[in-house]
Amino acid sequence: MARTEKKKDVVIVGLGWTGSILGMELAQDGLEIVALERGHDQDTVPNFQYPNMIDELKYGVRLGMMQKPHNSTVTIRRDVNETALPYRSLGSFLPGIGVGGAGTHWNGLNWRPQLSEYRLRSYVEERWGAGIIPEDMQIQDYPVTYDELEPFFDRFEHVAGISGMAGNVKGKIIEGGNPFEAPRSREYPMPAMPTTWDGAKFAEAARAAGCHPFPSPGGIASQAYVNEYGMQMGPCNHCGFCERYGCYNYSKSSPQTAILDALKRKPNFEYRTQADVLRVEMAADGKTATGVTYYDYKTGEEVFQPADLVILAAYQLHNVHLMLLSGIGQPYDPATGEGVTGRNYAYQMNGGYTLFFKDEHFNPFIGTGANGMSIDDFGMDNIDFGREGFIGGAYWRSGQTNGQPIRSMSLPKGSPSWGAGWKQAVGEWYGHSMNIGSHGSHMSYRGNFLDLDPTYKDPLGRPLMRMTFNWNPNDIRMTQFMKSKMEPIAASMNPTSMQEGFKKEGAMYDVRPYQTTHNVGGSVMGADPKTSAVNRYLQAWDKHNIFVLGAGAFPQNTQYNPTGMVGGLAYWAAHAIRTDYLRNPRPLV
Amino acid sequence: MRDVPGLPSRRTFLKASAASAAIAGIAAVPAKAEQKPEPVALTEYKPDCLTPSEWAFVMAAVARLIPSDGEGPGAIEARVPVFIDKQLAGDYGRAADWYMQGPHDAAASPLRGWQTPLNPLQIYQQAIPFFDAWCKTTHGKIFAELDAETQDKALTSLQKDEMKIAPELRDFFTILLANTKEGYFADPMYGGNHGMEAWKYIGFPGARGSYKEWVLKHNKPYPLGPVSISGERA
Repeated sequence: MARTEKKKDVVIVGLGWTGSILGMELAQDGLEIVALERGHDQDTVPNFQYPNMIDELKYGVRLGMMQKPHNSTVTIRRDVNETALPYRSLGSFLPGIGVGGAGTHWNGLNWRPQLSEYRLRSYVEERWGAGIIPEDMQIQDYPVTYDELEPFFDRFEHVAGISGMAGNVKGKIIEGGNPFEAPRSREYPMPAMPTTWDGAKFAEAARAAGCHPFPSPGGIASQAYVNEYGMQMGPCNHCGFCERYGCYNYSKSSPQTAILDALKRKPNFEYRTQADVLRVEMAADGKTATGVTYYDYKTGEEVFQPADLVILAAYQLHNVHLMLLSGIGQPYDPATGEGVTGRNYAYQMNGGYTLFFKDEHFNPFIGTGANGMSIDDFGMDNIDFGREGFIGGAYWRSGQTNGQPIRSMSLPKGSPSWGAGWKQAVGEWYGHSMNIGSHGSHMSYRGNFLDLDPTYKDPLGRPLMRMTFNWNPNDIRMTQFMKSKMEPIAASMNPTSMQEGFKKEGAMYDVRPYQTTHNVGGSVMGADPKTSAVNRYLQAWDKHNIFVLGAGAFPQNTQYNPTGMVGGLAYWAAHAIRTDYLRNPRPLV
Repeated sequence: MRDVPGLPSRRTFLKASAASAAIAGIAAVPAKAEQKPEPVALTEYKPDCLTPSEWAFVMAAVARLIPSDGEGPGAIEARVPVFIDKQLAGDYGRAADWYMQGPHDAAASPLRGWQTPLNPLQIYQQAIPFFDAWCKTTHGKIFAELDAETQDKALTSLQKDEMKIAPELRDFFTILLANTKEGYFADPMYGGNHGMEAWKYIGFPGARGSYKEWVLKHNKPYPLGPVSISGERA
């Protein structure tokens, strides 16, 4: 039943952002490469075309671009004493499916973490002492510095086509940009996008409160753009269908708009869809991989794909799942603290205010995923953790992303959920509200981790991965701090009414409402093989021809959306492979 | 091509293109008729999956969840029952995309998401007779036969789960209400939001999808009505 394919130099598992980047970079060295994508093929035309793409029911509500839990999901429990239950229908997070992966349906928000975040444990210990770190918190330093990563952040931003306004170029602070960002070597590739009324109002209030608003940086083209691969983007028309949708306008950064057509022209690159990788196969000595075995949905058979180099470029959850299924790294055990694969799973702590203005018109359908104005005044670099009693930070943003009425219908507290009162409220309040969001960091803890579920299996017989996760008091204190700072700024805007949505002490993880698809950790990068699954080049410690890309590498979550870091790390790893590993394959550390 | 007063509209443009294409001897898609024929009356509608008693319940329930009186269309004018019937007859009703393998723990904390072994269609099929029986015991008649005020009371009891519905069915009110709002606001091609009246009522322009010139027109109401995915306009 198993078929064996012709050997390749490189096999890439997953064809989203990181798979496309590694494919493009390694193809330039003439290597024979195959990428295996478990989902379907898709491209701007015909899959994302106007008008069929901008269908809220099909894509926004029924989640047409997302993975089907029927084929692939996780089980979830809040602590080790609970029985994990399947994540049967999608809610809290939405992994994508198909070529381009989550890079097709993201909002486009693109950031670089702040300077303190790359060496968080050292930073905290130096300033406040190890005593302020809660006993069960497992924060770690990245094994790479910002200065080392800077050229690769820059590279990703210029490939992806990011619009924004620099606030710090080589240490020089630029008025109107983000003065708290890590110094960048040059401006963003495109000027910032204009903001809608909500962002403008927020910026004015924030400025009056002594904060430093700047246009939100994002992978949304503010003008025509051509990147280094010859890929073209067209200026965005603010259609208000970014998140959960593919862009019909070639305006949103994605593997499709930035890389794939150029990559498909390389004669030494091939990709196969509906190829679901079951496991990475190992050599007899266990020190290297020999390739991967996948299930070919087109022929219904298992296929062995031999390769010298294995790149795991699936979504964070799937990379960790494959590692657990294949025996890459020792599985993490929270009871002993030993093991690395699945360790330090982390998420994101978000909150915000909704403000209602009876007589103002926001036209919420005019939006982009990265719209509006942000502030970083409450970012990690700017908070006295010792004084405030938590470790973390957040960036705030106000900028409407869509006015799709099934899901984006904010009503003042006390409005009925149905009946004549509901109908009157939607007529009265649609288009008359705005949000300010706090997008916060999330630390890593002994008790939040990933392993294999003992009970539930997927249709191909693989045990589902089990997520053990709950909110922790440190991050609740962080988000409550944000609430206390945001409340007076929101009130200064004199809304008709306003209401908060911040998690409170004792909050339990609720898998139903969408929160964010920023699942991180589990294949953490680090300097110590006892507390990390991959080294500073994202190379598996115990199997040197396996590299594990993506947000699984984050030792804890940053306060920002992860894609900028994921892209930067992908170029960083690709550079190490091309300039060092290929001529002498070995453990690089 | 934007529909700005005084300028050629997208529809005019499409008609013109079709005409030039015809002149050039190329097969062209004919321009859509301005007026779509009125669909079959809800009382004559033949459901894809709902039985007559289920249809009667859905008709009665959505009429209270989004009533017809006051400004804006009600769920009946929006043809929400047709939407619900078609959704339940399709992938959504069958939970085709969801992980439905057991073991199931339907009584788990609601925070843990969908844990019933039933799909949405099965929940409607089992919860409607249960709720009707409760209405009969408590209010003397099945739901569809109660007066509007009593129906509102009964729906409130259902929302608060005063009748202690089985855990397998406990999401019934939640999905009924969600499906009703979906049918009210989804593109008309799914059977509800008839004539885009719900979009007109709140001021959502539907599938226009092009607002570049409007981004910086801060705090001014957007002037154009909606278009649908199939090209209807209102």
